[in-house]
Amino acid sequence: MLTGENIVQLVSGLLHWAYAQAGISSLAGVIDPIISAVVMFGFIAVFVMFLVWMERKVSAHMQSRIGPNRVGPLGLLQTVADAIKLTIKEDVKPVNRDKVPYFIAPIVAFVATFMGMVVIPFDKGVVVQDLNVGILYIIAITGFTVIAILTAGWSSNNKYALLGGFRSAAQIISYEVSLVLSVVPIIMITGTLSLSGIVEYQKQAGYWFILPQIVAFLIFITSATAEANRAPFDIPEAESELIGGFHTEYSGVKFAMFFLGEYIAVVVSSAVAVTLFLGGWLPLPYLDFLHIPGFVWFLAKLLLVIYLIMAFRWTFPRLRVDQLMDFGWKVLIPISIINILATAVVWFCLYGKGAQ
Amino acid sequence: MTDLLLSQVKLSGESQFGTDEYVVNMGPQHPATHGVLRLIVKLDGETVKETIPVLGYLHRSIEKISENRTYPQCITYTDRVDYVSAMSVNLAFALATERLMGIEAPARAQWLRMVFVELQRLASHLLWMGAFAGDIGALTPFLYGLRERERILDLFEMTCGQRLTYNYIRIGGVMIDVLPEFVPKCRAFLDYFEPKIAEYEGLLTYNPIFLERTKGVGVISPEVGINAGICGPSLRGSGVSCDVRKQQPYLFYDQVKFNECLETAGDCWSRYKVRMNEMRESISIIRQSLDRLEPGPIEAKMPPVLKAPTNSEIYSRIESSRGEMGVYLVGDGTAKPWKVKYRCASFSNLYLLDELTRGWKVADIMAVLGSLDMIVPEVDR
Repeated sequence: MLTGENIVQLVSGLLHWAYAQAGISSLAGVIDPIISAVVMFGFIAVFVMFLVWMERKVSAHMQSRIGPNRVGPLGLLQTVADAIKLTIKEDVKPVNRDKVPYFIAPIVAFVATFMGMVVIPFDKGVVVQDLNVGILYIIAITGFTVIAILTAGWSSNNKYALLGGFRSAAQIISYEVSLVLSVVPIIMITGTLSLSGIVEYQKQAGYWFILPQIVAFLIFITSATAEANRAPFDIPEAESELIGGFHTEYSGVKFAMFFLGEYIAVVVSSAVAVTLFLGGWLPLPYLDFLHIPGFVWFLAKLLLVIYLIMAFRWTFPRLRVDQLMDFGWKVLIPISIINILATAVVWFCLYGKGAQ
Repeated sequence: MTDLLLSQVKLSGESQFGTDEYVVNMGPQHPATHGVLRLIVKLDGETVKETIPVLGYLHRSIEKISENRTYPQCITYTDRVDYVSAMSVNLAFALATERLMGIEAPARAQWLRMVFVELQRLASHLLWMGAFAGDIGALTPFLYGLRERERILDLFEMTCGQRLTYNYIRIGGVMIDVLPEFVPKCRAFLDYFEPKIAEYEGLLTYNPIFLERTKGVGVISPEVGINAGICGPSLRGSGVSCDVRKQQPYLFYDQVKFNECLETAGDCWSRYKVRMNEMRESISIIRQSLDRLEPGPIEAKMPPVLKAPTNSEIYSRIESSRGEMGVYLVGDGTAKPWKVKYRCASFSNLYLLDELTRGWKVADIMAVLGSLDMIVPEVDR
């Protein structure tokens, strides 16, 4: 049977045979993670390109347009063309920029979000690094984007960029609280921080956490949308107010880095949502006789959640900055705290002390 | 050296770092100002302390140029006064000239003018709706609005060959009679368009975020609105009856049944709602006008060279898509006007921008500016 785990074992077997032939078996512990990281990087690069195309097609569909259809079949290569254009165009830099932070900010934005992908389990055993503190790691590492955006806003020496940077700092920090709080009930129930562990728990329990934790799921999706700076929470780059927000002064490859970062952030938050609430690589109930590999299920669910986030963007108007803060602090955080308490009470009543 | 530093500390107050106003130049190139309007915005964090509109980036001296053109030539320039609602300005100038010279356009021409001006109102309100929603951050309604606007422009193109600057409504009548298939096509469009308004409203009107962004924002009280010279849908949103079509009927507006759309709250949402309801009324007006359209001449009998009587003057006004559109003409007995002055709704509506945004957030500038339906060429002329 074809599963993600089998493929990984096959590939790693081949690799270890190659190491043995080359006489570097002792270095396997060093080379293996590098190879998996590179594979992940390649996957993400291609996937994000597909997502950009998908976003344009989804928006076109929602706006009764056609969308990209010139470059390649169905316009699939449009993103490749755009990427080439972005890399070869002139990098326009403001003269009075703060040079070092201006240079570092897009790199941090890109790397910080990309690092989140490292702990996402695509299938049983198909994960670059299965950390036992996976969720904590993702929340911590994606939190770095706020530094990147703030730095970008500050170092551009542009008033719009600075406003965007400050908005972003306020927004991401506020919504991170509700994001973390929405995950807490799951951790309480499963008793593990490992993403694979949470999926395994759902497999044994026989249900996905979206059923008992629908409130947490909604809070998580909302906060994740805000974390990724996407509409209706895109106030840091509100086009009609701040032109480009924090990336107003960025062009060429540096702009592409921010752009990629935003999409990877969407992928990471959707992947976490799928893992926590939608059963990760588990097949749909009653459909496991089909023997569809786990990673196909995972990608299907991932695309579904990403489509949801894209649909938000093209449907809703943008919130104002104070309303955004009010919504985060006065609505989402109280609800998630109540949700934690309710979960604790219900689970204690149902299973007593030894819930795990 | 230390003394100098200390004196600076004293000058700038308690803190060593004095606080400055954060002045942002919005425009003349900015995605939200719909053209080359420049706003100097003084901010305290996100809060607006003052908004100063700087005008003149699109000033083309249309009024002065008109003094050196004959009356029919001036019509061409009226298209450029308000390119989103060019028919209305055509009509405003044509009516003023006719009143100055005592010309009466034939009935068919009058009904055709009503059809086209109301179609233009639909097109203008559609574009406004999209732009307003875009200002608030919803990008999809813009495409929806443009989709239907294209079909209106098709009707215009079918008749006069132009999609933006029509030069269709002339002194004494209209440029050319409509094609025989115009009337059925126009009716088909109206039948197609009427349910679409509900679609837009479904997308925006009671959307919680939209309500949050527009309810209670930019409230114009009736007194302030009247004193500031606000007009058109922007004033009707405050519950003041000010529709020129009702108060001083021109063309055959006294012979068709339609309601003046009024809302009471005076906020951005009310102004939005007024315009959405006006679209429904416009559909009804167009239908009634098409019913009354009978064969006949489309141009009045006029002398080959149009001359205004000596020392004659006229102020004539119509209800354009944006509000009261007044034309003031002074004739001196020659074929050219001695003085032309346009009274544009956008210019007077812009007056309140500072007052409406003071103390609000940056994003509210866009909501208020959008809800006032301002077109920069009409402001600068």
